[in-house]
Amino acid sequence: MTQPAANCPNCGAKIVFRWSSSVQTVCEFCKSILVRTDVDLQKVGQVADLPPDSSPIQINTEGVYRNKAFVVVGRILYEYDQGGWNEWHVMMNDGASAWLSDAQNEYAVSWSSKAASLPAAAQVQVGQQFNWDNQRYTVTVITPAHYRGVEGELPFQYWGKNDVTFVDLRTETGKFATLDYSDSEPALYLGEFVEFEDLKLKNLRSFEGW
Amino acid sequence: MSAGTPPLPGPPKPQVKALNCPKCGAAITLRCFGQAETVVCGSCRCILDAKDPNLAILQQFEIKTSDVKPFIPLGTRGKLRGTDYEVIGFQRRHITVEGITYSWHEYLLFNPYKGFRYLTEYNGHWNDISICKQLPMLDSGFSTGGAANYLGEVYRHFQTSDANTDFVLGEFPWQVRVGEHAVVTDYVHPPRVLSSEKLDKEVTWSIGEYMYGREIWDSFKLPGSPPEAIGVYENQPSPVTTNVTSVWLAFAAFAIFLLALMAGFDLRAKKEPVLHETYTYNRADAKNEPSFVSDVFELSGRTSNVEVKTYAPVSNHWIYLNYALINQDTGQAWDFGREVSYYYGYDSDGSWTEGKQNDSVVIPSVPPGHYYLRIEPEADPSLPNISYTVDVIHDVPVFGIYAIAFVALLVPALLISLRAYTFERSRWSESDHPPVQLSAMTGSSEDDS
Repeated sequence: MTQPAANCPNCGAKIVFRWSSSVQTVCEFCKSILVRTDVDLQKVGQVADLPPDSSPIQINTEGVYRNKAFVVVGRILYEYDQGGWNEWHVMMNDGASAWLSDAQNEYAVSWSSKAASLPAAAQVQVGQQFNWDNQRYTVTVITPAHYRGVEGELPFQYWGKNDVTFVDLRTETGKFATLDYSDSEPALYLGEFVEFEDLKLKNLRSFEGW
Repeated sequence: MSAGTPPLPGPPKPQVKALNCPKCGAAITLRCFGQAETVVCGSCRCILDAKDPNLAILQQFEIKTSDVKPFIPLGTRGKLRGTDYEVIGFQRRHITVEGITYSWHEYLLFNPYKGFRYLTEYNGHWNDISICKQLPMLDSGFSTGGAANYLGEVYRHFQTSDANTDFVLGEFPWQVRVGEHAVVTDYVHPPRVLSSEKLDKEVTWSIGEYMYGREIWDSFKLPGSPPEAIGVYENQPSPVTTNVTSVWLAFAAFAIFLLALMAGFDLRAKKEPVLHETYTYNRADAKNEPSFVSDVFELSGRTSNVEVKTYAPVSNHWIYLNYALINQDTGQAWDFGREVSYYYGYDSDGSWTEGKQNDSVVIPSVPPGHYYLRIEPEADPSLPNISYTVDVIHDVPVFGIYAIAFVALLVPALLISLRAYTFERSRWSESDHPPVQLSAMTGSSEDDS
């Protein structure tokens, strides 16, 4: 086994990192949020049981994106006044990390991107346009959300957050961008909307009656 | 996958939830697993917070009109474009234009993997609607109030209106309330409609495709038959399925073909003059000798037609010529009578004329040989004498059949164009950009008279 492994400092259960660059994981048994200090684990918090949610995706769901296989290794769950959505952390078979978001079954794949001079949250308005990667993105919605919980492995430390502002942008070509104001510096994620069928997902959840 | 992963206890399999209305106790089913934000009690019209385990009452609404009943009952499943969907929510919305309220129904469909989809119904017209993944491009420079470009197609602005929700049933993944309103703008490219729905902070674009009631009835296996569609809907596909432009292109192609045929036959025809004579009719002489014969002329070559032309300078008179074309060799005869008359005058409508001084007739399939004409003229009693000229031409082109073919092609092309035009007129008369009203124009002229 090449994956880094350790034991949960809280309950002693074995913790295996599926993705070698994971910074944080949640113990599947005691729900402790564990941060890697390579490879000793430090308990930094605990997640309450995640609210029942209806995403068909779960940890270990496998799929294909741009001819690359991926597996879902973690997630962040957000809520806003009109519902909730999941950011599933996926590990591509080439080792890259990406996010598969499921917002009421509208699926998008995105990845952390760099761009110069990102706007501050207060400066952004619906309808405003930005050019990144030779694409013109239009702000479609600004969502004040709150962090609801985490599960599995994440590429950064993420816990104990409260209110977070997200700015969603779209293009005329089906591209998608998110400005994430979780931290002091805005983070940009660029990607695109994807069709459920195209992801060829396996190991999905099953739903009673479907 | 890592072999060392311990077996996960796994989250519980999501199940349909059965609850009771906190107000009236009626059973409430939550069908879309954790996604519902609000659910409406079907018995007491309470809008409840579906996220609250105790289903807090968010709003209660009354409806003044008789009960609204969805055509597709909540909980019905059907296959739409290859995917199973369940009807989980229903709302009635309306717009008010010039004091008239127009209501339509929206059905919210759910599949736990594919998500949400909508069906709308207005006067028996249905649309299958989903949220746009691409952002449409707006083009406000368009002459008729704007257009939108979506996936390479141009959608013309149809209507912008304030849509109000006045009745809800079932569950919704957003906070629904009776009385809430949104600015809805529709752009059409039949059979599709592109709509933007604008709330304070959010613009949602959706794309819909027209569906016929019977397709819905088949999909959801509904009993009975769908309500009949009334009028023309904004994105209803035209019953004129043939492209009007291509009809006219085909017509033009046929017309050119006919012209070419005509030119070909015209070139091939010999148009050979075989007799040109001027005779004089004398009433006095005609009493003794009513008929006479022409010189003999030869029709050579193949069997062909013969044109007999008569010219008489009549004015407010007639002459009538009994002709016989006689084959000198065989005695075979073609009898025919021609009248040449020309009248003119004035009446309350101005000047008028009737008839012509020229007459022409074509005798078909005359075999070659030596022929002569026997002519027996009669004339207006008021006409003492008159000269008239007779021309016989062998092998002339005949164009009448082409005229018939031309009209036979023109009529369907015109009918198709008219049908397409009438349909588009009815469609756009309901829009923000109605075509100029013909009835209004004729109506005003009627008022004048």
